[in-house]
Amino acid sequence: MGAVSDNVISGAHSAAGSPAITETVVGAACDAALVAAEAAETTAALKAARIEHTGESSALARLNAAIRDLDKNDKAAAGKLVGQARAQVNQAFAAREAEIAEVEQAAQLAAERVDVTAADSRWRPGARHPLALLQEKMADVFIGMGWEVAEGPELESEWFNFDALNFDEDHPARALQDTFFTEPTDAHLVLRTHTSPVQLRALLSRELPVYVIAPGRTFRTDELDATHTPVFHQIEGIAIDKGLSMAHLRGTLDHFVKSMFGDEAKVRLRPNYFPFTEPSAELDVWHPTFSGGAQWIEWGGCGMVNPNVLRSAGIDPEVYSGFAFGMGVERALMFRNDVKDMRDMVEGDIRFSQQYGMSL
Amino acid sequence: MRVPLSWLAEFVDLEPGSTAADVQAALVKVGFEEEDVHNFEISGPVVVGEVLEYIDEPQTNGKTIRWCQVNVGPDADTGKDDVRGIVCGAHNFEVGDRVVVTLPGSVLPGPFPIAARTTYGHTSDGMIASTRELGIGDEHDGILVLSTLGLNPEPGTDAITLLGLDDTAVEVNVTPDRGYALSIRGIAREYSHATGAEFRDPATVVADPAEGAGAGTAYPVIVDDDAPIRGRIGCTVFVARVVRGVDPTRPSPAWLVARLALAGIRSISLIVDVTNYVMLELGQPIHGYDLDRLTGPITVRRAKAGETLTTLDDKVRTLDVQDLLITDESGPIGLAGVMGGASTEITDATVDVLVEAANFDPVSVARTARRHKLPSEASKRFERGVDPAVAVAAATRVVQLLVDLAGGEADGSGSALAHATEAATIELPTGFVAGLIGVDYTADQVREALAEIGTRIDETESGLRVTAPSWRPDLTTKWDLAEEVARINGYDRIPSVLPIAPPGHGLTHAQSVRRQVAQTLAATGHTEVLAYPFVSESSNALFGQATGGAIGQVKIANPLDSEAAWLRTSLLPGLIQIAVRNRSRGLTDLSLFEIGVVFLPEADREYGHPMVPAGAGRPTREVEAALNAGIPPQPRHVGVLLTGHTVPKQPGNQAADAGWRDALEAVQQVALATGVAIGVRQGNHAGMHPGRCAELFVETDAGTSCVGFAGELLPQVAKSFDFVHPVAVAELDLDRVIAHSGAAVVSTPIGTQTAATQDLSLVVAEEIPAGDVLATVIEGAGALLEEAVLVDDYRGAGVPDGAKSLTFALRFRAADRTLTAAEASEAKLAGVALAAKRHDAQIRD
Repeated sequence: MGAVSDNVISGAHSAAGSPAITETVVGAACDAALVAAEAAETTAALKAARIEHTGESSALARLNAAIRDLDKNDKAAAGKLVGQARAQVNQAFAAREAEIAEVEQAAQLAAERVDVTAADSRWRPGARHPLALLQEKMADVFIGMGWEVAEGPELESEWFNFDALNFDEDHPARALQDTFFTEPTDAHLVLRTHTSPVQLRALLSRELPVYVIAPGRTFRTDELDATHTPVFHQIEGIAIDKGLSMAHLRGTLDHFVKSMFGDEAKVRLRPNYFPFTEPSAELDVWHPTFSGGAQWIEWGGCGMVNPNVLRSAGIDPEVYSGFAFGMGVERALMFRNDVKDMRDMVEGDIRFSQQYGMSL
Repeated sequence: MRVPLSWLAEFVDLEPGSTAADVQAALVKVGFEEEDVHNFEISGPVVVGEVLEYIDEPQTNGKTIRWCQVNVGPDADTGKDDVRGIVCGAHNFEVGDRVVVTLPGSVLPGPFPIAARTTYGHTSDGMIASTRELGIGDEHDGILVLSTLGLNPEPGTDAITLLGLDDTAVEVNVTPDRGYALSIRGIAREYSHATGAEFRDPATVVADPAEGAGAGTAYPVIVDDDAPIRGRIGCTVFVARVVRGVDPTRPSPAWLVARLALAGIRSISLIVDVTNYVMLELGQPIHGYDLDRLTGPITVRRAKAGETLTTLDDKVRTLDVQDLLITDESGPIGLAGVMGGASTEITDATVDVLVEAANFDPVSVARTARRHKLPSEASKRFERGVDPAVAVAAATRVVQLLVDLAGGEADGSGSALAHATEAATIELPTGFVAGLIGVDYTADQVREALAEIGTRIDETESGLRVTAPSWRPDLTTKWDLAEEVARINGYDRIPSVLPIAPPGHGLTHAQSVRRQVAQTLAATGHTEVLAYPFVSESSNALFGQATGGAIGQVKIANPLDSEAAWLRTSLLPGLIQIAVRNRSRGLTDLSLFEIGVVFLPEADREYGHPMVPAGAGRPTREVEAALNAGIPPQPRHVGVLLTGHTVPKQPGNQAADAGWRDALEAVQQVALATGVAIGVRQGNHAGMHPGRCAELFVETDAGTSCVGFAGELLPQVAKSFDFVHPVAVAELDLDRVIAHSGAAVVSTPIGTQTAATQDLSLVVAEEIPAGDVLATVIEGAGALLEEAVLVDDYRGAGVPDGAKSLTFALRFRAADRTLTAAEASEAKLAGVALAAKRHDAQIRD
């Protein structure tokens, strides 16, 4: 086929400005374009080369434009020749574009590398106080058993704090409580010395049976040192129902300490005296991993609610019985989390709470 | 209570090989908690030595030492006398005296190890000991000469055994209901309960040295209580015995001194030591009078107004009409059951003694001891209850010891005055103990336990009738008996049964929201603290209370620190104090929060209740209401304090100082956690920067309700606490916020049509709050405006002086169609129109 030979396809129409469409001319334009595409190193150079070799004023574009001036018979062959060349060039440019993009993206990612260990932050970590977390954790154990959380005032009437709880005004147990009184003292207001007045408030305000827990702040006139603080926390529990016995008290305490400290924890009851319980017991807890090693640790008091306490709430002790218990939250934090000095809990040094963050 | 083991063993057999720890373990089972172990901390060789000769050698330092040759007994190998050269600083001995020699290798209390050492030019091969060095007295100027204790042992005798220094005492805690256990007698009984060993009651084996005691002329005693307290007569038993011809020069024997020392009581003189000894042994406080200094009969009566008494400690006490006194014709000679008087005190010259063993009312003694701040060994026992039946035995025991040890002669005369006290009986229904304890005790187990503690038991149709023994005034109800049965059978027998509570409701709304607030503040960078509620009056006055209004202050009557005697009305003083403490430890970037109670009495209102109702009965509804009304309001507040950097300097970040914005951000975190919209407006609060303080409020049906404030401390207040950075604070009445929370969220449909966004710049006067303008634009633009945010506040060229240009980014959306630009503009212009009307705002193009 002469039309696609090296010869001029149509010299007759070789008007001024229109290139002759020959294999040599098309091939040269195509080769030049391919070389230029390959030579481009950047997206910008490639874009420039693409305009030069495929743009409106490029050799190939002009050859393509010249086709329409050919004889009808020559158009097909010339069109095929130029079309194939353009397709080859466009494909080369596209391929090169992809190559360059890949290289450039890799370079950009490399340039964007950061030191993740030196991240700057506009957020700062806060923390809960472990005594607050511990009280919540304790309450949750009882909520899981269907108990509810009861509350009462910290500045309390003497009746609720003492008399209603069977502390006779002249009984030595009352003097042993190291009570903060407020002025005037004949107003008979005290900073509650224990969470036990909440027992009474719960019994007076709720329908029987009552199963409540009362964590909270308590006060005694002890000077602050490594093992004492005048402001401390207790968790109090009381259950009043028909037929409750000391076995139910032990069962509740067993469940509580295992939930708090793990399945290996054990409870021991020892006879003791409290005005608001009869019989009364001291509660010891044992666990193999307590700070200081496996040992019995004195944790609180408990017992069967004294009939006089029930009478103070208008409950007939011949019909109802129940048990109560109270433990120190600070003490639990000491043996559970190895806090050695109670002052750490009260001073508010942020480093203390921040050891805990939001969990115990 | 400290119990020397040799003494305990006199009344109950200790298990063979028992150590102090074993005895404590036995006692803890029956309810006596271990406290401590006491011994003389002395170890041998400590022996008796005979001073053979000495030379007084004056020293350049002015002292004269004695270079002594002391025979310390036969040598173990040779059998010949072992004579040691010993340097001694004391001079109160002669050749031939027997002394206590601590040889090299021995250890004295301190610990103070003894070794041969060179001093004052001699090698001292041991030391001659004083009573203080041995731990049995205070004498230090002179050494102990054994003849002064009536001892003349052979040289080489083991002095530790001789002086009773090999004994050990256990200390146990005696609960206030068990007064009988403040005695060796009571502890021996309990040890018997714990181990089953036989108890020999020392109160039943006292032989009276006087023939026909009580038959002679009685020493006259009158009880004349015209004002019994709570209906109880002050003195129910008064036994008086006379011992004549006591040799005042006789020393207390070593065993007695050692036992007293182990029990924690200092030896004073033989007569006083004997009274203390019998108190410890039987639990009966004893008082001895110098008979020659008494005038006329003894009368027990209440004090008269204005009467005074000089007590044994030489203090003049002004008496209260409730004080029970021992008197003679000279007037008061003792505070009954608390402390004796100086005028009839036993002295070094006392030869005739009147012994008092009485029983005084616990309440009367407790009040007198408290009133005069005179807690004594005697008052401690009377307050807790002394066995009224032991007084005669105790008085007789004192007489016996004064005869045996002090060469006295028992006078037959004496008084034994007793008001018959009727023993209470308790009905114990069958099955009650088993039901309350949860152990199926057999009838025998119940009876045996009750018999063991000394009760008398009679069978009745429905169970047992139980009479408590004289030493157990604490046993008054069947619940008390149940404890005894459980205790004697062992608490370890009680099984573990988990009770099933009725279904509960979980945390209340307020309880769970409070937790949420704490969790949110911690998660957003704040550290929780728990400050004491004790503050100074001035710091309360500085901040008042969070929601404003006049309030009073609650003052503690007996504060630990008289400066911090008031209960906080705001959380800020505590937060500031904690911030200062952190800063002093080099922690300067702080974001603290506290959720806690504040105490907000209304101003000029009296709180409390003049009368405390009796226990063991429900007060009337009126009294109950009055008790509750008398308690000042104590709402829970949440407080936040930020100072230093909220963002530290880091690579790529400049440090950011904490300021008022951070306080407001914390407030919005609380708002998020509670689900309550907390409004912010320009405010003012005591102690706060007047230009940087927001009042916080919630919308109510009746308008708005103040819930707190936020902003920065007044710079001079911050400076007074040495803060160099601004201190941002916020305080909210959390209870009040939560009271507005909890309503179910009403959901609105989420529009999916395309939004139209436009910016709006309004020029307003500088003093108009941006928040007000924003609210007006939102109100004016109507329902199509989905969101409006303040994005710029420009002042300067193009804006008139005294005005500012506020730019808002507005987002419009319709529920049912794509908005046209014209519709959005129309809504915007409606907002502009309202702003123009309300704030004289002009749109800026």
